[in-house]
Amino acid sequence: MWSLRRIATMFEPFEFGFMQRAMIAATLVGSVTAAVGVFVILRRLAYIGHGLAHSIFGGAVVSFTIGFNFFLGASIWGAFSVFLINQAARRRQIGGDAAIGIVTTAAFAIGIAVISRARSFTRDFEAALFGEILGITNQDLYVTTGMVILIALVLFLLWKPLVFITFDNDVAESYGISVRWVESIFSLALAATVVAALQVLGVTLIAAALVIPPVVARMLTDSFPRMFSIAVIIGALTGFIGVYVSWFVDVSSGATVVLVQSAVFALALSWGVVESRRGLRAARRTERLAGLERSLND
Amino acid sequence: MATIGVDQLVRLEGVALGYEGVVALRDVDVQIAPGELIGIVGPSGSGKTTLLRSLLGEPELYAGTAEVASHTRVGYVPQVETVDWNFPITVEQVALLGSWRTRRWLPWSSRAERNRARTVLAQLGIDDLADRPIRALSGGQQQRTFLARALIRSPDLLLLDEPTSGVDIKTRHEILHQLAALNSAGVTVVLTTHDLNGVASHLPRLIALGEQTVLADGPPSEVLQPKILERAYGQPMLVVQSGHETYVLPVPEEAPGAHGDDLPPPEVVSVVAAPDRDDV
Repeated sequence: MWSLRRIATMFEPFEFGFMQRAMIAATLVGSVTAAVGVFVILRRLAYIGHGLAHSIFGGAVVSFTIGFNFFLGASIWGAFSVFLINQAARRRQIGGDAAIGIVTTAAFAIGIAVISRARSFTRDFEAALFGEILGITNQDLYVTTGMVILIALVLFLLWKPLVFITFDNDVAESYGISVRWVESIFSLALAATVVAALQVLGVTLIAAALVIPPVVARMLTDSFPRMFSIAVIIGALTGFIGVYVSWFVDVSSGATVVLVQSAVFALALSWGVVESRRGLRAARRTERLAGLERSLND
Repeated sequence: MATIGVDQLVRLEGVALGYEGVVALRDVDVQIAPGELIGIVGPSGSGKTTLLRSLLGEPELYAGTAEVASHTRVGYVPQVETVDWNFPITVEQVALLGSWRTRRWLPWSSRAERNRARTVLAQLGIDDLADRPIRALSGGQQQRTFLARALIRSPDLLLLDEPTSGVDIKTRHEILHQLAALNSAGVTVVLTTHDLNGVASHLPRLIALGEQTVLADGPPSEVLQPKILERAYGQPMLVVQSGHETYVLPVPEEAPGAHGDDLPPPEVVSVVAAPDRDDV
């Protein structure tokens, strides 16, 4: 029987404003990274998500240095990185992966260079690298919410062309879809997602939040709308649970979110293995019975 | 500059086409009238897909005039190899992609659109597969799914890139019958094919590509000629005619007379008695 005290302890995180803000932010960011991540993994762009996170780190650091608004500075930096990647990737001799590698690493290096010049930045540097979700202010939460709504709106309005391009990029243009335009808008939405997630998860963990919920959802269904819904639910729940659990285990919230997502992935993987073995056993049983029936008939 | 005539659907005149500044085809003069059924043949890399996609306005145009009659609704069926088979999508969802422009700002399709998709799938005999993931289908069923995506737009001009590649003889036969039925219903059909015997020889008009240009354009009896085919494929070809059927056979390089040294060059051979062909 649970004592009242134990129940009260369970609700403890909700008593503090910073924890409430952190849980809301993690739920929002978890859902939006998963939503964008569905297109990222199906388009095999996981590398760009990882790269953009590092690139935007540079923008965040420069924004801190010059006292510019963090969200605006990081967003502009991210958009500029996307523009440079798209321009470089269009040249056949360079290719997409090399373009991402060059642009994002250069942008990251700028951030490192700025930090090495102004050594007082150690704390901000760590915040950008590993996230600082417990330091989220009301204003940060409003901006994050606004960005999440904007990204959700972009996905809603571009749903059909995005699905088409993701499934059959080669043909989309012939069906009247401006592939370049849709890809550019999506890249900007991805950059905005990374900016929104930077304070919650930090540069080093964003890629995991973009990839794990969609991969788990993909393992569970063969329908795209269902995959999208499952990924968003997993992203939101693991975001919330990760921050909630971090209160009790006294571990970095961003890391806890990703560890919870990894645990969900491990569960889905184990379930998939069990299911496939069960299917194999059922097929063998059916085949045995069919063989028996044939021999009886003979 | 002449403009496209009322009896023309497509007009390519003195066209040079390619990608990223590299010319793939030059001096192309092709006209297509409404209601035609045309096959584009040639070896790999001869520009079949480029010519087909020129009707979508995709390759870069370096010279000449390329026109498709205004208000022409074009349906395009790609080579199935270009598709990402890991994508979680059902047959009905693929078909509905073809009508993405309808209610384009909403993620979901209307009941009318779904009904239309089901009708097209039924027309192609795959309505019972509507809820199946596309990667679980056979090659022929996948091909028909992409045909459904093109047909949902009610196209006037249907373009198909290798619609019978990788399918068995029976499926090839069914696909060709479906294309012939669509053509009879007034849809202009243009397809590319590697299959000279099973597909090309049965079409009313062929365009043969080679040496970066159109080598021949006309009925199979004119296009499937040893000299044209040798220019196109860079290899001697034997053309055998049996009644209304035409067979093209490659002649090994080392065969006597392959290049007309000792024996007469390969040419059209008539076969009086031939086995019945009920497989095509």
